[in-house]
Amino acid sequence: MFVALRDLRHARGRFALVSVVVVLVTFLVTFLASLTAGLARESTSAITDLPVDHLALVVPDDATVDFTASQVDADDVAAWSARDGVADAEPLGIATTRGTLDGAAGGTSVTMLGVPPGSGLVPDGADVAAGQVVLSAGAADDLGARAGDTLVVASQDLRVADVVASDASYAHTPVVWTTLDDWQAVGAPTGAGAGRADEAPGDVATAVALTDDLDDAALAAAADATGSTVLTPRDARSAVGSFAAENGSLTTMQAFLLAISALVVGAFFTVWTVGRSGDVAVLKALGASTRYLLRDAIGQALVVLVGGVALGALLAAGSAALLSGAVPVVVSAATTVLPAALLVVLGVAGAALAVARITRVDPHAALAAR
Amino acid sequence: MDLHLDHITLVYPDGAATLTAVDDVSLTVPAGTTTALVGPSGSGKSSLLAVAGGLTRPTSGTVTIGAGPQAPVLSPATGVAEATRVRRDHVGIVFQQPQLLASLTAVEQVELLAHLRGRRPASLRARALELLDAVGLADQAHRRPAALSGGQRQRVAIARALATRPDVLLVDEPTSALDHERGLAVVGLVTALARECGAATVLVTHDESTLGPVDAVARLVDGRLDAGDHPTSSPLPAGAPMAG
Repeated sequence: MFVALRDLRHARGRFALVSVVVVLVTFLVTFLASLTAGLARESTSAITDLPVDHLALVVPDDATVDFTASQVDADDVAAWSARDGVADAEPLGIATTRGTLDGAAGGTSVTMLGVPPGSGLVPDGADVAAGQVVLSAGAADDLGARAGDTLVVASQDLRVADVVASDASYAHTPVVWTTLDDWQAVGAPTGAGAGRADEAPGDVATAVALTDDLDDAALAAAADATGSTVLTPRDARSAVGSFAAENGSLTTMQAFLLAISALVVGAFFTVWTVGRSGDVAVLKALGASTRYLLRDAIGQALVVLVGGVALGALLAAGSAALLSGAVPVVVSAATTVLPAALLVVLGVAGAALAVARITRVDPHAALAAR
Repeated sequence: MDLHLDHITLVYPDGAATLTAVDDVSLTVPAGTTTALVGPSGSGKSSLLAVAGGLTRPTSGTVTIGAGPQAPVLSPATGVAEATRVRRDHVGIVFQQPQLLASLTAVEQVELLAHLRGRRPASLRARALELLDAVGLADQAHRRPAALSGGQRQRVAIARALATRPDVLLVDEPTSALDHERGLAVVGLVTALARECGAATVLVTHDESTLGPVDAVARLVDGRLDAGDHPTSSPLPAGAPMAG
């Protein structure tokens, strides 16, 4: 990269302009990726953070697989518990309702997860007991509640037993944990679990949480036998109504943004490389091989891209961290390194296409025209 | 190594017809000597030079550098990659316009030749400074082309062409933008440096008044060597009347 590096040094202004564009484009793409992941987490973290291997949902034949359409009973739980390879099967109730701190006005929407005591489904080692509720950090903040306070949920008075550090949320509402019995008042057939009219109220849950070591074939067989749809916690995100629509829109926006960014960056490097065609002709006339020219040009593009993308990603990560209290964002390798790497690859591809074209230039003719 | 141009013909397509730029030219330039190629504008001088440097493939004929089975040969069948390799490893070219890279200093223009050959540019540093000193530009070594005059840029181009002690040196109209005195100085410089390197040198020019320092002269008219020239004969003594 003898010529490439000196070129960068010599034409600082031009490269600074290209670099600024790369930084801005990268900032946009990675910030949107962080925002998308943050919104996804606010929608689904209550499910994805569950310490289980699979979730079994039972929905009517003509219904989409959705937590609001799913209802399981004690027989479903027993059927799963009896299967080989299933270490544990616990009923899990999910229902969104309104909670109010006793004595306070207003209230806030919360999602109530009903679990059996001792199930291990409450995070941070906490557990539920009859007449008690465990709050997530987000629920405690929104309600202004702390351990020992009384929460009124669906006309039930529940004492706050603990506030855990978990930020679990479901469909953009903070989560609280209660016993499955206490949950029935909210999640019974007239509540979230609709569709199975033969069940007596107070005897249902939304899904069965499974700890298992079943392979795909065994899972499929068990699902058939129990009439369930089995999903991993990650796949079960699609069963959260708000997630599917929201994530689809944001992912489409991201895809378009990446494509446009690739075109912009690629076009920049195409114009830049074509602008170097005179130098390429001289180098060819002096005996530079095609491989030398490609290495020189792509190396130059890489220096600008890696520098600009790294700075843009760092700025996006820093901004996301600063704004994390106000907007839902997730800063991780998936939301920064991955889109950044994609931008570098697409930019290099644009530069390579341009270079491949000008390496076919006839140096004799190009020099005569220069 | 001697440069042998054997029955070189170069025909360009010209619409529905063809244009013969070079017509059956044979020329031998001994190593360490300079042959001037003169002739009117459009006589095929630069085209012949382009063939000799592998920049253009001949329609027929061969260019051979040296002798023996390992001698590099350029022919109609030579591919672009092979021609580029021969040019890189055996030929130094001084173009009609200096064709310097704007972002490289004078010394870096010369060191570039090492990088093209896969060597560290610093390996040519001493040679680069020596050549720049020989062309009178030792104090301009760290200036870029924009800070040099036209004549200085031409001299940097000469130094660049000689950086790797090429077997063949091709010089295209080095005096086109110079007055007589400066032109004569440049021709003398090229001839002396080429002799020192042992390069078989072809120097194209339209200015016959500057040819005193060269060893032989060949005249091209309408793509053919003038019948009065004997380009494979012994070199002319310096200052002797030119043929043709």
